[in-house]
Amino acid sequence: MSQSFDDISAQLRKRHRKSARLKWFSMGALGLAGLFLVLFFTDMLNKGLPAFQQAQIQVQVDYSEQASQIPLAAVEEEVRDLVSRGFLRTIPLRMKNDPELLGVQRSEWVLADGQVDQYLKGHANKLRDDARERVDRLAAEGRVALKFNTTFFTRGDSKMPELAGIMSAAVGTVMTMLVTLAIAFPIGVMTALYLEEFAPDNRLTQIIEININNLAAIPSILFGLLGLAIFINFFGVPRSTPLVGGMTLALMTLPVIIISTRTALRSVPDSIRHAAFGVGCSRWQVVRDHVLPLAMPGIMTGSIIGLAQAMGETAPLIIVGMVAFIPDVGASFTQAATVLPAQVFTWSGEPDRAFIEKTAGGILVLLTILIFLNATAVILRKKFERRW
Amino acid sequence: MQTNQIFMLFCGILLLMGLVAYFAGRARATGVRASGTAMYAQPDQYAWFAVLATAGPALLVSALGAFIMLLLGATIPVPYLLAASLAVAAAGLLVGIVQVRPDFHARQAIERAIRWVLVSAAMISIFTTFGILFSIVFEALRFFQMHSFWEFITGTVWAPGNSFLAAAGRADDAASAARFGSVPLFAGTFLITAIAMLVAIPVGLLSAIYMAEFAPRRVRTLAKPTLEVLAGIPTVVYGFFAAITVAPIIVNVAGALGLDASFNNALAPGIVMGIMIIPFISSLSDDVINAVPDSMRQGSLALGMTKGETIRDVVIPAALPGIISASLLAVSRALGETMIVVMAAGMRPNLTANPLEEMTTVTVRIVAALTGDLEFESAETLSAFALGLVLFAVTLSLNLVSVLMIRRFREKYRVNNL
Repeated sequence: MSQSFDDISAQLRKRHRKSARLKWFSMGALGLAGLFLVLFFTDMLNKGLPAFQQAQIQVQVDYSEQASQIPLAAVEEEVRDLVSRGFLRTIPLRMKNDPELLGVQRSEWVLADGQVDQYLKGHANKLRDDARERVDRLAAEGRVALKFNTTFFTRGDSKMPELAGIMSAAVGTVMTMLVTLAIAFPIGVMTALYLEEFAPDNRLTQIIEININNLAAIPSILFGLLGLAIFINFFGVPRSTPLVGGMTLALMTLPVIIISTRTALRSVPDSIRHAAFGVGCSRWQVVRDHVLPLAMPGIMTGSIIGLAQAMGETAPLIIVGMVAFIPDVGASFTQAATVLPAQVFTWSGEPDRAFIEKTAGGILVLLTILIFLNATAVILRKKFERRW
Repeated sequence: MQTNQIFMLFCGILLLMGLVAYFAGRARATGVRASGTAMYAQPDQYAWFAVLATAGPALLVSALGAFIMLLLGATIPVPYLLAASLAVAAAGLLVGIVQVRPDFHARQAIERAIRWVLVSAAMISIFTTFGILFSIVFEALRFFQMHSFWEFITGTVWAPGNSFLAAAGRADDAASAARFGSVPLFAGTFLITAIAMLVAIPVGLLSAIYMAEFAPRRVRTLAKPTLEVLAGIPTVVYGFFAAITVAPIIVNVAGALGLDASFNNALAPGIVMGIMIIPFISSLSDDVINAVPDSMRQGSLALGMTKGETIRDVVIPAALPGIISASLLAVSRALGETMIVVMAAGMRPNLTANPLEEMTTVTVRIVAALTGDLEFESAETLSAFALGLVLFAVTLSLNLVSVLMIRRFREKYRVNNL
């Protein structure tokens, strides 16, 4: 049966429509992924930005003899239940440390209770009706206001939402990352140097290579099991510390650093090696004086990306006990500590609704640091990348 | 004296000896050279060799001592050990100085040592794999001594609740006996992984097709790093997003449709995990599609196929091994994902195919078993290692298959940059 030209061109039009449909579909998929990203960041900003503000109340603080015994007596009755208990609790200690404070009466802006804070921000809260009226009145007088939340950046964890901060977790993250880098960077670079520049192409080298690729794909939680069974139970490294957390994360980051270092080494052209060999350098001198300096920007980029990955990792750290309640900023590598993502995890499990905001605030800080690190890596690559 | 102080003293003395070795070696070599004798190496290299001869063996001896103490449980008093290693250092110093001779290849000796250091660094990654394997297998074996392997693999009830009684020797009550049947955990894991793949594979693959075949160059250079941002967000953040934002939405939508959904439903972590995995699939698929030779596209277009038909019937089939490889890697990633499910999925093992119900996964139970206050010897704690062993085996084989697939693709089209 023969087809008329009309039939054929109709068929052709249909086929072209189908082709166009694929284009729109695939474009839509990409748009969907982008939409997820936008939704995600809007949601986090919405939930997290309020955490950077905190309600404060202007009260008349009376540092009397009685206040050093019963801190509640330091403020007027009207605002007693609106002021943060965390502030009241510190009064006796402050008076002990600073004897001149005795007898002073002055007006101060002090932290409000977490519930007042939530009420002012329009979130769900457990404030009683009469307390709400008082807050409204004080707000109308300008004696209650949302101010920048310095507590959040300067203090450790607390069970009271208005006193909870990320400082101890941030310090823990820095210490853990120092351990991670101190272990993973030298070992990773040395491994890559060996594999790229020195290793003969034999069975052992192949096994090492396959093994490294495999390590890169092993679920992170299994590294936590390794840390628990080997580092803690076998070698007796103290639990919950930046030391054991850093060691565990170092093993996890190792493949990332090795793979990126190898890529960087491979991009150094052979002509440079040949020239150096030609003037009589030994293999080590070629590597030390020529290949390594030229590959350094690439190695740094890879290491920063590996570091950013390790910084956001939580699962292995839960297993080695780094999810802990740490109110004070840690001072040593063998003291219990927590890290930013672990702090986020702890807060997300708190029943008090006020902690949702803290959690999202912590997430914003973490994301900011990660974006900053990744941007540094990109700039480094753009600036120093050389096409040979 | 405290151990710390002794250790500092040891380091100080060793550092001092190293300095002595450097300057003595250098002075001696310069002296020999000044006398007019030709030498194989530079004075600096002799000096460094002397430092290496001093510090290397000494550090090895102390490391060996520490290792013997840990492994065999033998107690060598720390001061003696450090004194012994200082003695070795002194001997090394002497050897280093004596070796400053015109016919000694100091540079080659140093480079041999450097090479050994590099080899041992490379071995650490092997040790890591073995460390993971041994730690998991060893503890898992202890678990299987308490509970049968067969029950673990086929049992449908996971109730570790009273295993601490068994650990305390009070397991006589049959009603409270702990049961470790892992089927519900694996069912939950696979269901959540399947949901994640249902989100990630279509979106990721279509995005890759758009980026590789349709998109203008500028969109492409912008879209790829933007998608990579999804992979860089920490999983704990995704977990929070799934639990606080996505789960309530799903409960509301299900409620509007007349369905009853739990706040710990499997859909929320599944969808969010899928979003997280999109870049894994899109990035690798994009590379693979780009690696399909243009001659195939030209041949197909020359035969009168439309662009869509070319993509569907020629490009995608050619790129299939790479796409499958990317998907397998993504599956292995989803199986081992922990934080999202810990925060958004439930704790209760539940054998069901309804994604709106609460269910738990392997990784959730691993975390739950190891964060409690149970002692390490209890069956519940050890069960985490048994689950870890299965997880390790599954992800390892998925990775291996994936590597083989991509290698086949690479050989077929002779691409080297994948």
